[in-house]
Amino acid sequence: MLRNDVPITPELVKSHGLKPDEYQRILDLIGREPTLTELGIFSAMWNEHCSYKSSKKWLKTMPVSGPRVIQGPGENAGVVDIGDGQAVIFKMESHNHPSYIEPYQGATTGVGGILRDVFTMGARPVACMNALRFGEPDHPKTKHIVSGVVAGIGGYGNSFGVPTVGGEVNFHPRYNGNCLVNAMAVGLADTDKIFYSKAEGVGLPVVYLGSKTGRDGVGGATMASAEFDDKIEEKRPTVQVGDPFSEKLLLEATLELMKTGAVVAIQDMGAAGLTCSAVEMGAKGDLGLELNLDAVPCREPGMTAYEMMLSESQERMLMVLHPDKRAAAEAVFRKWGLDFAVVGYTTDTLRFVVKHHGEVMADLPIKELGDQAPEYDRPWVAAAKRPVIGAGDVPAVDIADALEKIIATPDMCSRRWVWEQYDHLIQGNTAQRPGGDAAVVRVEGTRKGLGISCDVTPRYCEADPFEGGKQAIAEAYRNLSAVGALPIAVTDNLNFGNPEKPEIMGQFVGCVQGISQACIALDFPIVSGNVSLYNETNGQAILPTPAIGGVGLMADVEQMATIALKPADEAIVLIGATEGWLGQSIYQREFAGREEGAPPPVDLASERRHGEFVRGLIEQGRIATVHDLSDGGLAVAVAEMAIAGKRGARVEASGQIADHAYFFGEDQGRYLIAAPRAVAEAVVAEAVAGGIPAAIIGSVGGSELQLGASRAILVSKLHHQHEAWFPAYMSQEL
Amino acid sequence: MKAAVLVFPGINRETDMAKALAAVSGVKPAMVWHTDTDLPAGTDLVVVPGGFSYGDYLRCGAIAARAPIMRAVAAHAERGGLVLGVCNGFQIITEAGLLPGALVRNASMKFICKEVNLKVENRETAFTSAYRHGQVIRCPVAHGEGNYVADDGTIAELEAEGRVVFRYCDPTGHISPAANPNGSTNAIAGIINARGNVLGMMPHPENLIEALHGGLDGRPLFDSLVAALPKAA
Repeated sequence: MLRNDVPITPELVKSHGLKPDEYQRILDLIGREPTLTELGIFSAMWNEHCSYKSSKKWLKTMPVSGPRVIQGPGENAGVVDIGDGQAVIFKMESHNHPSYIEPYQGATTGVGGILRDVFTMGARPVACMNALRFGEPDHPKTKHIVSGVVAGIGGYGNSFGVPTVGGEVNFHPRYNGNCLVNAMAVGLADTDKIFYSKAEGVGLPVVYLGSKTGRDGVGGATMASAEFDDKIEEKRPTVQVGDPFSEKLLLEATLELMKTGAVVAIQDMGAAGLTCSAVEMGAKGDLGLELNLDAVPCREPGMTAYEMMLSESQERMLMVLHPDKRAAAEAVFRKWGLDFAVVGYTTDTLRFVVKHHGEVMADLPIKELGDQAPEYDRPWVAAAKRPVIGAGDVPAVDIADALEKIIATPDMCSRRWVWEQYDHLIQGNTAQRPGGDAAVVRVEGTRKGLGISCDVTPRYCEADPFEGGKQAIAEAYRNLSAVGALPIAVTDNLNFGNPEKPEIMGQFVGCVQGISQACIALDFPIVSGNVSLYNETNGQAILPTPAIGGVGLMADVEQMATIALKPADEAIVLIGATEGWLGQSIYQREFAGREEGAPPPVDLASERRHGEFVRGLIEQGRIATVHDLSDGGLAVAVAEMAIAGKRGARVEASGQIADHAYFFGEDQGRYLIAAPRAVAEAVVAEAVAGGIPAAIIGSVGGSELQLGASRAILVSKLHHQHEAWFPAYMSQEL
Repeated sequence: MKAAVLVFPGINRETDMAKALAAVSGVKPAMVWHTDTDLPAGTDLVVVPGGFSYGDYLRCGAIAARAPIMRAVAAHAERGGLVLGVCNGFQIITEAGLLPGALVRNASMKFICKEVNLKVENRETAFTSAYRHGQVIRCPVAHGEGNYVADDGTIAELEAEGRVVFRYCDPTGHISPAANPNGSTNAIAGIINARGNVLGMMPHPENLIEALHGGLDGRPLFDSLVAALPKAA
């Protein structure tokens, strides 16, 4: 067994992920050598994952408030008013490092963690989303990781009983050594019944609830704050093991307990487990906290204080309870068959004291561990601007040939193989299933709907972090607008490489600034989020990937628009300006074999105008078929609409722009609408009168898709090509 | 109708089921906790809903089948009372011996959530009278272990007695391996006991009862039950 008084050597400090100057800071702070448990606690609290020490300076600059925002970043999840006394509570969080080491368990515990964040605040989870990024399909690890991650996400959400309604999946060689698993959960609560983590009152019982503590996940947060190397397999014990059944019980017990009025403060045990939850509750409330580890329910005998404080066993909660309601609270947990133990109490000392077998194992200043942890101003360099690529610099391929190829590529093909493994229908409120621009979930018992979308285009962020950051927000805004939802708030999951490298830090700063500018311009505040750094293996970083989870609100789900072309012979309207921007496009990647040049710029003013215009049309019930334009441009968008509706369409060439640039350019701020001709003509007239570029560019009808003068393609064939890649890839031998 | 919906730890479609029962019958069902030993007085329909009872870490439905409330359910069935088991509920009542056979891992070895087509093979039941014979309906499935198996004699008996109530098919009613989402023997999606009062099915009719769900094909199942049972006082 590890002794608590082992000498603290430089090697031991290093293995805890602490830098020499950080260790010196510990010595200065406590005036003596720390015990082993104390070193573990510092390592758990001061790692990048928990302390945000490299990112905090920049996160503080982001727009986090707005008239609807009840709670911004800093709590377990963001809280946004949706009217009628209700709030939507949501957050996205990464589980990248564990998912690469152990895909199934890494992904399940990612989902479990984010669900817990949401119901810790008193909300019942109503939807999950996820943004997944994997290495190139031919990389020997990719298939194994895809298979495990998808099964893990499904395995947890399906059993827990929340619909997983959508997300994104992409492949790129830059994720060969580090996959990204970003899970988002959305819940609903009454605005006057929201629970927070700030402890109040001295001498109140601190209660441990849920599953028992085991040795899984010890040091998980520290592992997630470091790069990978060739010895990655050795990190497997740092990955936690998920139990969705216990989480479902914990959900029901927690919500039932909250109704008793017993809860003063509540914090789930996530990264850094008992340490982080206890310190956060105390530090936020300007209180001390004393824990007696003899009372902690353990899965196995002989666990040391060090192990208990660093375990990341799942499905656990810490609460501060009103002492007079303790018996009622305990009865609720016993009914659900969960552990309930008083493990400590609040103090007025501002110390975090941990006792085990009558001995003081740790005695540390709580504020410095928590909200006054180190903060760095890392040096950074802005990425060099890249040149604008003209249409002439990218080879022209026959439009029909190009479309058939693009819609069958790993990045652009149907994700049905993935989302059919997720229960996306449970709870009976899924109004828009996966495969559209945004998922739509009805607010139980009302006509209102929540739109939810996950977006980012990492290759744009790599080429120009600022524009890429703007684009991620703009696309979320556009996807929500395309279903008819007013975008109300954002959660962000900022995934980057090693922030100690100035160029990586420059990507981070650029993306944060771009995101911030877009959020301000679109009245789309950030209410929660997570930063995942050190996504690097042997010095190779991932693409900068600030995943955005957008949430929107619609008054009547029956007005919702979908991408599917309808049976009527309608006209197709293009909203927004097209120049034919091929730099960083999917087309360029497929047919020039390059990801080069500047990404398409985002004009936030027109983005907003176009979004408001389209939303207005949907709200007025004038249009029901809308699709935003993004990867693959106009050709891919109209093909997806045709496939979804099993209807043919014809779109004319532009006459001014080269065909390949017109059909595959990725200019921003654009939507396709299908509507009866009279409506379409009126829409175009209104748009143009309001200064919004709009034109009728084609019509719906028949069973073939024809783009310009290129050959017509049967929609049924396109459908087949679109669906084929994923199941074929996954059914090949691993 | 006086319905009781059973709630085991880990069950998660009980709310969907309760909503469907209330929407169609106009009466909210009683929610009955697994440790109870009696059904509410006057219960004429017991519904065992979907989910992952006890996490389904053992054989699916095996633990729930031995919960205290299941004795009361068996007695209710013995008296001729109606029992509907959907998804995990089908697994549970099969484990409890109210229906023959077993449900094993999907042939694909993966959880599957999608809309499938079902052929109504027997409308002469209290659960299906509002459908037409041979009607092809849409219905979602969401399960990892829905592959129905039984010994040859049992299958032959089920077929001979018209006790296969729902079968997976394509939109035209054709039965084929491609239209079978889980590899079930004879594409079986739902069966009934010999007495005709216990129905188990893997698909979720409760998730297709309003326009928002994209269809209403689940509704006639509940209409049938409303017609079969006396109006609640």
